[in-house]
Amino acid sequence: MNFWNDPLKVAAEWLEGVFVGWGMNEIASHVLVVFLGVFLLVLILMVIDIFLVWIERKVVARFQDRIGPNRLGPFGLVQPFADIIKLIIKEDTTPDGADKVVYNLAPVLSMMSVLMVWAVVPIAPVMLSVDLNVGALFLIATGAIGTLSIIMAGWSSNNKFALIGGFRQVAIMVAFEVPMLATLMIPTIFSGSMNMNAIITAQDGLWFFVLSPLGALIFLIAAIAELGRAPFDLAEGESELVAGYSTEYSGMKFGMFYAGELLHALTFGGIWSILFFGGYRFFGLEQVSPFLAILIFLAKALLGYWVIMWVKYTMLRIRIDQMLVFNWVFLTPLAFALMLVTALMNALLKDASPWLYGLGMFLSNVVVGWIAIEIARSVSRKEREKVEGVHQVAEAHH
Amino acid sequence: MIPLSWYLTFAAALFSIGLFGALSRRNMVAILLGVELMLNAVNVNLVAFWRYGDVAQMAGQVFAIIVFAVAAAEVAVGLALVISVYRRHNTVIAEELDLMKW
Amino acid sequence: MTTEQIIFLIVAGATLASGLLVVTSRNLIHAALWLVATLFGVAIVYTLLNAGFMAVVQVVVYIGAIAILFIFAVMLTRKDMRDSGAQLNSNWWAGALMAVLTFGGLFAMLRTWGGMSKTAAEIPAGFDQIAELGAQLTSPEAYVLPFEVASVLLLAAMVGAVYLAFNKK
Repeated sequence: MNFWNDPLKVAAEWLEGVFVGWGMNEIASHVLVVFLGVFLLVLILMVIDIFLVWIERKVVARFQDRIGPNRLGPFGLVQPFADIIKLIIKEDTTPDGADKVVYNLAPVLSMMSVLMVWAVVPIAPVMLSVDLNVGALFLIATGAIGTLSIIMAGWSSNNKFALIGGFRQVAIMVAFEVPMLATLMIPTIFSGSMNMNAIITAQDGLWFFVLSPLGALIFLIAAIAELGRAPFDLAEGESELVAGYSTEYSGMKFGMFYAGELLHALTFGGIWSILFFGGYRFFGLEQVSPFLAILIFLAKALLGYWVIMWVKYTMLRIRIDQMLVFNWVFLTPLAFALMLVTALMNALLKDASPWLYGLGMFLSNVVVGWIAIEIARSVSRKEREKVEGVHQVAEAHH
Repeated sequence: MIPLSWYLTFAAALFSIGLFGALSRRNMVAILLGVELMLNAVNVNLVAFWRYGDVAQMAGQVFAIIVFAVAAAEVAVGLALVISVYRRHNTVIAEELDLMKW
Repeated sequence: MTTEQIIFLIVAGATLASGLLVVTSRNLIHAALWLVATLFGVAIVYTLLNAGFMAVVQVVVYIGAIAILFIFAVMLTRKDMRDSGAQLNSNWWAGALMAVLTFGGLFAMLRTWGGMSKTAAEIPAGFDQIAELGAQLTSPEAYVLPFEVASVLLLAAMVGAVYLAFNKK
């Protein structure tokens, strides 16, 4: 076993050897090495997070036909560091009547809920913090902590706007968790496991995106809603709620929410790529070196992140009631129907050839999606007739 | 290795705390909080007995999951009742709901 | 004392302490947040019992849904959220006595029971808990009936909750 094939294990064993050599007992040195590993992972994520600020600003500038940060350093790359210095030296305010402990705990929990997801994310074939057999469910569990942090922030700020923003965001997150959980079951059905690594390994021949494009789409929509990004960023509708649950936060505490949101977007990009696009796999290239696998995974995660940004900067914000109706009346039944159809097809085609299996799955997805769109169309047509009257709709067609 | 007694004592203590909450709080939401603690204590017992009994028999975990479902149902209906009562009588204090008392 | 035992004692102590705060906090939001801490502690206890699935489900269902629902309910019944007035009813001493007696009785009963100091057998290698759990939940020879009854119960609860909380205008 050499360093280039399994760098983490080699490094960990070497470090443990060093610590034991210093006269530490074996369990303590193991615990210390694990802590160092967690620290390293978090450190890398935070460094990536800093550059996400730059990426986000550059990409939104391009979408809006601007140049974006370009003054500090090459391509404005030093800009995020200036942003951080600004955030740190800002006054750290706490509003009157705020619940201090809860108020200060909320941004930490928000960041923590994002970082915890990475415990089960395999970034390379041999690099995985915890090989949890319920990895997919763990993702939802960390989302629960994120929800909690938002309601804590909204309530403890002692501010109406913050509370309403918090309420909205929590209503959205609780609602969109349902279709997300249902679509998480689709890769689970295909791979027969909730283990993230097993899900990636099972995408040997075909990416699950090919088997279930509709599932991937629903997951993406639910993920964007969980993130609270446009078109679902009602929690911080500036024109009505100032900045939602983060209204009262200043300085680095706001920075934690902001950084948490950006990293969350990248995380969901990564999870999306793991569940539906094969994670670190890319035509056998991941076998060459774990470092190459990390690069492939990062590229896929950034691609997912880019899709989320693309949606954010080209869509308009929708109303809260429209959004909850969209979830409960359209997305949730669709996700459940898709899950049932996928399970049924999986049972029917279990022994069929891979080609037939793939084709059957793909077609069943297309059929389910088509039926859903037809139903939605006829319902919305009726709705429009009720609001505008039949004649106006007819005239609009001429 | 942790002996079974530790888990059972822990569960008994949690159950008693929940019982105290359910019996002595005035606010109906707080009473439901106590009931949640009791349900959790029961679940700890169920899972502990699964672990210390025959592991291949999943009865403990199965019933723990059913307790999860019951707890979710209980909270949904219970809190809906609390909110409904609050709308009609403008109170959530259990003692003040004496409409049926003669 | 092994490492595992030390971890258990710390977790159990923290869980019971936050459990006590749930039933004694004057501020109900704080009580609900302490409930989250308690539930988290119970999830860790599940992990110590090698029931990882239960731990994750505990976080998803209890913290993600039930605790959030509690916080919502406390906020929606805001008038009584203020900390004025007694939080305990006049018979709280009887409740406390009952709780202490229950704990004492259970503890005394458990002390005389032979199975108390039992230690757990190793989980056989290759035993897939989740697969086994799924199989037993859906097998007609095992627990498919309770499982289905639970789903009917959830449906009934959903309908009931919507009906009760629906604001008729």
